[in-house]
Amino acid sequence: MGNNLDALTTIFTEFYYWVTVVLMFLIHAGFLMYEVGMSRRRNHIHTLMKNVMLIPLVTVSFFLFGWWIYFAFPNGPFIFEGKGIDYAAATGARPWDPAMGTNLSDHINGVFWAAFLLFSWTAASIVSGSVIERIRSGGFWILAVLIGSVAWIIDASWGWHWDGWMVKILGYHDAYASGVIHAIAGGFALGVLLVLGPRIGKFREDGTARDIPAHNPWMVALGFFMIYTGFWGFYAACNVPIISPEVIDGQITGLTWTATNIYLAPTTLSAITFNFLMSLSGGLMAAYIVSKGDLMWTFSGGLAGIITASAGNDLYHPIQAMLIAGFGAWAAYKLHYWVERKFKIDDAVGAVAVHGYAGFIGVVIAGFVLWGQPSSPYEGYAAINPVGQFIGAIIMFFVLGFLPGYFCAKLLNAFDLLRIPRKVELEGLDFETNQTYLAAVEEVQRAEKAAV
Amino acid sequence: MPSTNGMTDWAVDLKDVAAIYPFQGWEFFMFILGLIFWIGWHVLQLRVEATEVEHEMSADESGDKARAAIDRY
Repeated sequence: MGNNLDALTTIFTEFYYWVTVVLMFLIHAGFLMYEVGMSRRRNHIHTLMKNVMLIPLVTVSFFLFGWWIYFAFPNGPFIFEGKGIDYAAATGARPWDPAMGTNLSDHINGVFWAAFLLFSWTAASIVSGSVIERIRSGGFWILAVLIGSVAWIIDASWGWHWDGWMVKILGYHDAYASGVIHAIAGGFALGVLLVLGPRIGKFREDGTARDIPAHNPWMVALGFFMIYTGFWGFYAACNVPIISPEVIDGQITGLTWTATNIYLAPTTLSAITFNFLMSLSGGLMAAYIVSKGDLMWTFSGGLAGIITASAGNDLYHPIQAMLIAGFGAWAAYKLHYWVERKFKIDDAVGAVAVHGYAGFIGVVIAGFVLWGQPSSPYEGYAAINPVGQFIGAIIMFFVLGFLPGYFCAKLLNAFDLLRIPRKVELEGLDFETNQTYLAAVEEVQRAEKAAV
Repeated sequence: MPSTNGMTDWAVDLKDVAAIYPFQGWEFFMFILGLIFWIGWHVLQLRVEATEVEHEMSADESGDKARAAIDRY
């Protein structure tokens, strides 16, 4: 660190990302509560453990290779000007590099890695909810590493990186990850669900769907609220808190330091605070009406609203954010039930709709509302445009989301690693756990009564 | 081609840049849309709620389910 101002900026930035990581932990506490609440009692311990163990598995794999992918793949490889893997840019992210350990000359790598890691957990958690009550935990954890440490980080390298080829060629703009986290995870979940199949009893003989109610709606609601809280950390972590035009080294002139989005284009924390709250509100209001006050769908709609507006929430006017969010929440609800009826897809928590469809729609809408605006402070990048955004949404949801989810699920299924047997599903995933629990209770009670 | 916020690149001095949201000049129109969204929500919600109350009024004529609900507390 050259001088006191550099030192102050570095330490502030380090602390800023650290705080966002702590806030984002709440997303995962929230996911645990909401998934456990949505599952039936006889499955809830396995549901909890399935979700919690993605945390260490995605963490370790993200350290071993995920972080390297982000820096190595912005050109494709071989998509932008035929350039291959950017080995030079990725030095510093290899697990054996000194910058990946305690290092007094680097204050940013660890906290930046951690912020991205929390996004990786989120991608895997999104898939986790849709597949509850019938997926094998081991199979799910392989899928979690694939979405959390491979697929999404490739999409981030392509479309969520100041040097990513999607930004340069397509003008792809997705400031708060409508596509890069939500659409890809929703698409991945859909691919898995197609292979996994519905829960026993989900569909009647005539093909219509039964509702499988949550065993604890209170826990679901509180879980969602914790996700909303953690989402603030997500939004802050998607920004660069403060940087000088000189360091950006793009087209911006003058001496005014600024916060930026991930593409290093200016925005403010104030703007995203307006837009987060207004898009949450638009989503909640629209979802409450369209679902007639259903608890799960109203809360889901708040989330879908934020997700729909996220692609452009660095730039939208708050009223635009609210209306875009309202549309996204309405569309997510309608599409969830249409897909369920038409294709017999059992998405236990509506994750494909709330994240996948809302994320896709959000990326596309941004192409129109932000049409012609610069995607980057660097010269020569395509401007934001509807065609580029649409192609980007397809890449996120389908190419990097649906296809890997589908093929990996097929492979797991071929080795009988995807779905639990029918008998186990009917008696409950926690059957053995419960038997052990009851035996322990009985033994202790006998011992205590003998002591009376 | 023009952009929705008037900017086509970032070759600017940030001290000279203020609002960057799309469709500047349409703020009052957006305010009206916001008002319609908000008031419209109240109108729709009241209708949905009235239907729900109607169904509840015509249900459980004997009062057995109401007594069971009271017992459950």
